[in-house]
Amino acid sequence: MTSLADLPAVERLPYDIARIRRDFPILKREVASGARLVYLDNAATSQRPVQVLAEITRFYRDHNANIHRGVHTLSVEATDLYEQARAKVARFIGAADPREIIFTRNTTESINLVAHGWARKFLQPGDEVVISEIEHHSNIVPWQMLRDERGITLKYIPMLPDGTLDLDAARSIITGRTRLVSLTAMSNALGTIVPLDAIVARAKAVGALVLVDGAQSVPHMPVDVRTLGVDFLAFSGHKMLAPFGIGILWGRLPLLESMDPFMGGGDMILTVSMERSTWADVPAKFEAGTPNVGDAVALGAAVDYLSALGMDAVRQHERAITDYALRRLADVPGVSIFGVPDAERRGGVISFALEGVHPHDIGQVLDTKGVAIRTGHHCAQPVMLALNVPATARASFYIYNTTDEVDALASGLEEVSRFFGVRK
Amino acid sequence: MAEPGLMEDLYREIILDHYRQPRNHGTTIEPTCSADGANPLCGDQVRIDVALVDGVVEAISFSGQGCSISQASASMMTEYVKGRDAAAALRGVEAFQQMMLTGEAPDIEGFDDIAALAGVAKFPARVKCASLAWKTLAQAIAEGGGSVTTDDGSR
Repeated sequence: MTSLADLPAVERLPYDIARIRRDFPILKREVASGARLVYLDNAATSQRPVQVLAEITRFYRDHNANIHRGVHTLSVEATDLYEQARAKVARFIGAADPREIIFTRNTTESINLVAHGWARKFLQPGDEVVISEIEHHSNIVPWQMLRDERGITLKYIPMLPDGTLDLDAARSIITGRTRLVSLTAMSNALGTIVPLDAIVARAKAVGALVLVDGAQSVPHMPVDVRTLGVDFLAFSGHKMLAPFGIGILWGRLPLLESMDPFMGGGDMILTVSMERSTWADVPAKFEAGTPNVGDAVALGAAVDYLSALGMDAVRQHERAITDYALRRLADVPGVSIFGVPDAERRGGVISFALEGVHPHDIGQVLDTKGVAIRTGHHCAQPVMLALNVPATARASFYIYNTTDEVDALASGLEEVSRFFGVRK
Repeated sequence: MAEPGLMEDLYREIILDHYRQPRNHGTTIEPTCSADGANPLCGDQVRIDVALVDGVVEAISFSGQGCSISQASASMMTEYVKGRDAAAALRGVEAFQQMMLTGEAPDIEGFDDIAALAGVAKFPARVKCASLAWKTLAQAIAEGGGSVTTDDGSR
């Protein structure tokens, strides 16, 4: 296990947008129509810089072997690199001990790990799990399945019309029977930044644990588990420059130690006899089978890249882009923006409607201009229900996006309106 | 448009015409069979009401909401099946689905306008939109009612 003290320091770089864009060769490509790509679908997945791509190649070219228990050179190196990546992730989110970092496939698996390993073991019928109306399906469905299996009660903190949570209601919804509050830190559909402090304080007052879905927050703003005051944090590598297929669950060490394994198999046991097995220590207990070593190592390179920029600078950049986009899009005839109107209380995600044009048609026409946005329900159907729309169009920003790209989106939308002959 | 050809493959003028002025949309009829269709991926919903009299589609109406492709396709479908018998209507469904696979307009009577949708085959994400009303029609006529849905794959 690599300790945090063994990690090399990451040198801070100035926030130079031109240099950052050069690190992402895909931003230079053209789409099918011949237009230059304007990638505004970062809430779905980010692009990957050459530094991360090089790390994947370097691992498989120079160090590839299966990890743990190997005595040969390559296996020792691969194990070291895997554990170093774990330590890098721990440092990135302020975790004191790398053993608190469990590698999974994605945020969904991380949440399911808590549902299986903690909730199934400790919750009784009648115990309450509290989530909210603005959750991604990945933080709804596991709890519905658990409710149906175990007879727990599932409660929702409602969404207000502006896309924020009803904090007054939250105070009465979280009760003495509440054992877990599982909330997103930022809505993937609306960009709402959830004021966790108030909810965490209420949860702690009643003795409930708190799980934070950080899929949209960890890639975009400083997140420090020492000040967050929560018990679990789930997030995905692919939304923060790392490859697909590597996710993270952070949990407090004593909690992780008290939990049952999620899956059984190799690497997660201490001993196996014909009658029974005993579990390995955390984190191996939760990483049954050969893990995704190469992508974990590449995740380490991704968090180094973000650390060099500084997450405070990342947030500042995205806030500026979002602020510009909110004002620019408001000037486009027929556009209405869902959610809070100021960039202070939202991340770099803007869901919108264009009068008279279905989101799918918006996305299709924008694609011919090279502008990649997402259309649909964004795996947040309760949000769509509350907004009373079947779908929205969503633009989402990241470290490499520019105000020029926001202009391309805005002028593209003006063309969409003209194309479909929308009445003014 | 960056490249007019690509857009015109999809959004032919006749399609936009049906989208802006859908035929047989929301009209009141006395249906003998109905079905609901949904495409969760882009939020399309369609309801098809059919009045079959002596095996012939006497009247048909559609309602719902969705993108231009789904609404135009539904509008064209209603024009096609009106006055045809159930077997011919189902042959139309078969021909339409074949067209979505091949991108080739079928040689079948009454498909002149509908052939404008052949370009949709080049846009795999939109084939579900174009097919929805036809699948829903087949559900209504062949099964007598119920609902159909397409896969959900949204992130």
